[in-house]
This record gives sequence, C-alpha cells and structure tokens, in this order.
Amino acid sequence: MIRVVLPAHLKTLARVTGEVTLPVGAPVTQRAVLDALEAQYPMLRGTIRDRTTQQRRAFVRFFGGEEDLSHESPDAPLPDAVAAGAEPFCVVGAMAGG
Amino acid sequence: MSGVRVLVGTRKGAFILTSDGKRTEWDVAGPHFGGWELYHLKGCPTEPDRVYASQSTSWFGQLVQRSDDGGQSWEPVGNDFHYEGVPGTHQWYDGTPHPWEFARVWHLEPSLNDPDTVYAGVEDAALFVSRDAGSTWQEISGLREHGSGPAWQPGAGGMCLHTIVLDPNDEQRMTVAISAAGVFRTDDAGATWRPINRGLHSEGIPDPDAEVGHCVHRIAMHPSSPDVLFMQKHWDVMRSDDGGESWHEVSGNLPSDFGFAIDVHAHEPGTVYVVPIKSDSEHYPPDGKLRVYRSRKGGDEWEALTNGLPQSNCYVNVLRDAMAVDSLDECGVYFGTTGGQVYASPDGGDTWAPIVRDLPAVLSVEVQTLP
Repeated sequence: MIRVVLPAHLKTLARVTGEVTLPVGAPVTQRAVLDALEAQYPMLRGTIRDRTTQQRRAFVRFFGGEEDLSHESPDAPLPDAVAAGAEPFCVVGAMAGG
Repeated sequence: MSGVRVLVGTRKGAFILTSDGKRTEWDVAGPHFGGWELYHLKGCPTEPDRVYASQSTSWFGQLVQRSDDGGQSWEPVGNDFHYEGVPGTHQWYDGTPHPWEFARVWHLEPSLNDPDTVYAGVEDAALFVSRDAGSTWQEISGLREHGSGPAWQPGAGGMCLHTIVLDPNDEQRMTVAISAAGVFRTDDAGATWRPINRGLHSEGIPDPDAEVGHCVHRIAMHPSSPDVLFMQKHWDVMRSDDGGESWHEVSGNLPSDFGFAIDVHAHEPGTVYVVPIKSDSEHYPPDGKLRVYRSRKGGDEWEALTNGLPQSNCYVNVLRDAMAVDSLDECGVYFGTTGGQVYASPDGGDTWAPIVRDLPAVLSVEVQTLP
C-alpha cells in the first residue's frame, strides 16, 4: 500500500484526518498514485493537477523519501521507500506569506 | 415571521448571516471552507435551501460546492470547466494573443425556474451552464466565439465574466458583462450573442466608443422592468431603457462615478443604489466617508445615505458582487467591504448598522428572503 499525506485543506475536502493509503500496482509512479488517489477521493480531482492537462498545479509540490519529486516525470518510478510504503508520498502546498 | 439569510463570500471562507424580519438581531455561522476564497454564493429562487458556492485558491484551484439545507452542510460538485473545442486566443495585457485559460468562477447564477440549472461566469471570460445541479458543466461557447472574443483584453483583476442577468419574462434572453470587454446579450438562450455597448464611453481605451473593450463592473435590473438596466462602469453610472441596445449616463451629482456595486430596490424599480469609490487607483470612498448613494429617479439625482456608516477615516472598498437587497415589505439593503464589515439597512438605506465587523475581506454578498 502506498501512503499519501495530504495538505490540511485537501484532508478537509476529502474528509480524512490522517494519512491515506492506496493500493497501487507496479510501477509506482506519480501518475499512478494520483490516479488512485483521485479514484478513491473524486472530490480531489482538479485540486492537485489540472483536470485537462494533468499537469501539477503550480503551487503544489510532491515530496517523497526526503526528495523533491515535483519536477520529475509523472511516469518516473517513485523512490523505493515510497513504493514500498516505508515513506509517504507527500502532497504539499507551497509556502506563502501574507 | 419571515426572515433573511445573507450569504457572504470572503477571501478566507464563507459566512451565513441569518435574522428574522426585523433584521436587528443576527446569527453568524462560519467560516465555511475556512482559508479558501469564496468569490460568490447564491441560492436558488425556486428552492431557497439549495445554495451554490464558488470556492477556490491559487494552490488547489476551483471547486463548486452545493448545499441543499441552506448552507448547513455542503457537497463538492463538478469542477471540470473546459472550453469547447480549441479555445483560441484573446489579447494579453501587451496586446499579444493569449490562449484562453480557465482560472476561477467569479459568479454563479441559478436559473429563475429550475433549481438544477445554474450558470457560471468564469475567468478567462466564458459562460458555463450546469443542468444537473452542478455535477457537470458545459460551456455556452456561442458567447466566446461570436466574433469579438479575440479582441477582448483583461482588466487589472483578470478577464472575468462577472455578471449574469436573467430576464424573468423571456427565458431566451440573458445579459452578461465582462471586464474589460463589455456587455453581451443573447435572445436565443445562448446560441448567438452580440455586444450591446452603444453609448458607453471609456477614456482608458484607444477608441473611447469602441464596440467592445469597456470595463463594465456590474449590471442591475429590477424583475418588473427587465428592459431597464443600470450599470456601474469602471467610471460612469449608466442606464439603458431598451434592454441594453443603448446606454446613457446617469452619474449626475455623485461625488465620484467610479465604483463597483450597484443594485435596485426590491419594490421600487426606479430606486437605485451605488457606493462611490474615489478612483481606479484609489479604491476607497471619497473623503474617507463610506456613503451609499440612492437615486429615487432612476439616476441623475442622488442622495447620500450615511446614517450608521463611518464618516471619517474609512478606506475600504465595496466590490462588484458585494451588494444585495432583500424583498421584505420594507426593503433591506446589504453590502460588504474589503475591511470585513457587512452592513445592513432594514429601511431601504435610511439607517445602517453592521451585522459583523471583522470578517476577512468581503468578496460577495447575496440575500435570500425566507418565508
């Protein structure tokens, strides 16, 4: 199972409190994880990636295994620790002041 | 006793203010969707407990929420707003072609007859409709594709379709306004559109009398006189007596004819309200005095309404969707400010009092009159 950590606003929207766990078959990629996430929580569609282009929204970042995965190809395999469920795949809202 | 429900959208959430017909004691509920921008909320005329809300942030994009219990609980509905076909380009700030890109929903306008039908005015400017209570959205692409679209340019706030006026006597007729393109009307339920900007004069564009390019801020109509339209343009308060075919200025003695909000008394089709703002670079009231101006003659002659409003050191703005009226026997008038106050007048504007004072910046105010 893949572990996913959502930012607070998306937890509220999805009506979850802690980590989300998702069954994702190999190869475990950003696209596969996000497809599974949106299938389980359809209200998240469009909030992490654009509904039409499927590109990551500009102010959303992806972290995993202490790496910033935001600029990796959505079809690149995620780090082994994330794919094995040892580390979560983190969806993060970019920091902003004001 | 009947009552009112005031739907308030702010920079950081939605608030619902309720009162009985006296409108002196208020219950304040919220924030709903705390931390999100709520550009607009509006209830269905035929099913008041159904309320639609536009929720967005720069981080997580656009959501639409629907409540079927008057805003006590909400369900996210559809948020797939894709333009029909290859959307083409409009003009960017520098005059270069720029592809249409969906940014957010500025305004939601439920049908006057069918609670499952709701229109959405969006940025970049386009009109969408849902006929299944918000679950799915289709663009009414005849507007964007009628011909002048490639010449439209954004105003400083973006290129938004912010006003949707439905004709209560003619389901085929709809009037919309776009910043900074102007006013457009359909007489065949959205199949075809044409600009209706004759008489508008805008100094800030190359041809002040151009067919399109005017920064219209808001249009108001009384349902008993759908051919009479009132407009707060960027500068100038305007009036049309022929459904928008032609416009003439009715700014009269206003201290400034710049502003955003405009509305019409619920029972007096010739009584109009505006909130003058000093200028397009100084978005606050003239002289630091927050004054609603009322014309009982459909424009030209205006009186300042100040009783209960701050008359010194007030430097807030009142945005285009942030004024509304109720339809109780004595018409109530409401507006919200960028300083977070929501003011109510239970007597048509003669006296005012704040319902709340310290909300986040108010983006929109709508009122439902409840049985």
